[in-house]
Amino acid sequence: MERHFDEELNNLKRNILKMASLVDESIDKAIRALVERKEELALEVENQDSAIDMLEIEIDMLCLDLLARRQPIAIDLRFIASVMKINSDLERIGDLAANIGHKTQILLKYPLLKPLIDIPKMGDLIRGMLKDSITALVEKNSELARNITTRDTLVDDLYVQVFREVLTHMMEDNENIKTGIELILVAKHLERMADHITNVAEDIVYMVEGKTIKHKFEE
Amino acid sequence: MSGARPIKMSYTPDQVMFAGFSDSTKLLRGENLSDDIRIQVKNFNAYYGEKHALKNINIEIPRNRIAAMIGPSGCGKSTFLRSINRMNDLIDNFHIDGEMMIDGKNVYDRDIDVTKLRRNTGMVFQKPNPFPKSIFENVAYGLRINKMHKSQKELEEKVEKSLIEAGLWEEVKDDLDKSAFELSGGQQQRLCIARALVIKPEIILMDEPTASLDPISTAKIEELIQVLKSEYTIVIVTHNMQQAARVADRTAFFMLGEIIEYDVTSKMFTKPDKKMTEDYITGRFG
Repeated sequence: MERHFDEELNNLKRNILKMASLVDESIDKAIRALVERKEELALEVENQDSAIDMLEIEIDMLCLDLLARRQPIAIDLRFIASVMKINSDLERIGDLAANIGHKTQILLKYPLLKPLIDIPKMGDLIRGMLKDSITALVEKNSELARNITTRDTLVDDLYVQVFREVLTHMMEDNENIKTGIELILVAKHLERMADHITNVAEDIVYMVEGKTIKHKFEE
Repeated sequence: MSGARPIKMSYTPDQVMFAGFSDSTKLLRGENLSDDIRIQVKNFNAYYGEKHALKNINIEIPRNRIAAMIGPSGCGKSTFLRSINRMNDLIDNFHIDGEMMIDGKNVYDRDIDVTKLRRNTGMVFQKPNPFPKSIFENVAYGLRINKMHKSQKELEEKVEKSLIEAGLWEEVKDDLDKSAFELSGGQQQRLCIARALVIKPEIILMDEPTASLDPISTAKIEELIQVLKSEYTIVIVTHNMQQAARVADRTAFFMLGEIIEYDVTSKMFTKPDKKMTEDYITGRFG
């Protein structure tokens, strides 16, 4: 039987996809602003964050509304509970992108410390993880979601690499400390994004299979 | 690599900010809901002799919305429902004051044609009450007595359309001449809904329409109610709080003849304003 509830669940799904899409756009703009040294893009990312914040509230309200009115069970309950958590992770990623936008505006006042190679690589990895997690959510594909969780270490490794490299520059010349610290923070923000996406992927596995894979709980 | 696809960006942040907020978020943002009011009740009181059954009721029910009335037994919710189409007029010593407006016209005005009012407000009761006639004749009855058809063909078309609207056609189309009593309880209730729909009312009043039905039939009626709201304004009295939560856009909580709280359903069931509403819907009393 076709349920009216399904239309409400689809509406929730459309909203969370919209959220993911906006967040992806923010990450893309934040990294391009830094690499291509475009201040207007950095400003855009900061401004876009309020749209993401509004959407977070809307999705929260939709979830609470469905929990209260529909008393969902089984897959419906797991879906709504997962969306609530995914929503909050996506909003945090949006904040981190906005922070990068802010740091970029500072960095653009100084000459480039070093050619940016690893940071765009981190960005590509993260956007790939985010896109796959959305595909996994839409297609209820837990295998793809599990694959995403394994990619977090690649981002971690790049962060360590950026950290080491920038540290050397700062040790060479203490004039580099200001920009060095900002760059390390940018890389740290990117590393945190990957952690949040890993959470999203873990929630998707829970939603599809009902299994808790975080904290190596069911191993 | 896996089936990654680029995400299409077919909207701007502005569209996300200003389009498609749910009623709850709008209320949270302090926005007004722009609703077209169909039923407006102002300072309405109803009495059975000395007994003051409805006390100063003030609510507005928007067009094409479902409004649910909940509350403990004897709280006045059925009296309220029956006051809308003046079904209480038939009770001795019943009298009212205040206004019950439908589309801006007080239904208790002297010049109101009560028969027309009741034709315009279809009613579905707790227990399915089909006539002791065939399935076809049950639906055709309203058309015949109101002379709402010009030919047998038109009669048949209208009956079919109503049965389709009530979600019953597929189950009965080969048995139209069978007695309505041969149908299951849930089917009988949908037949009664088809019978109400056939004479094209604008408002449908439902008094505990699923109280005597099993869970599957109940689910079917609830789905049907949600489909019907695109055409009709629906007021439903229900004992079942979860039913109000599932189907209604607005919910009124009645207690001892008063409306304690009336609001958007999702707000009533997530953050009611009144402590008494919260205690009732969380099962702390009642």
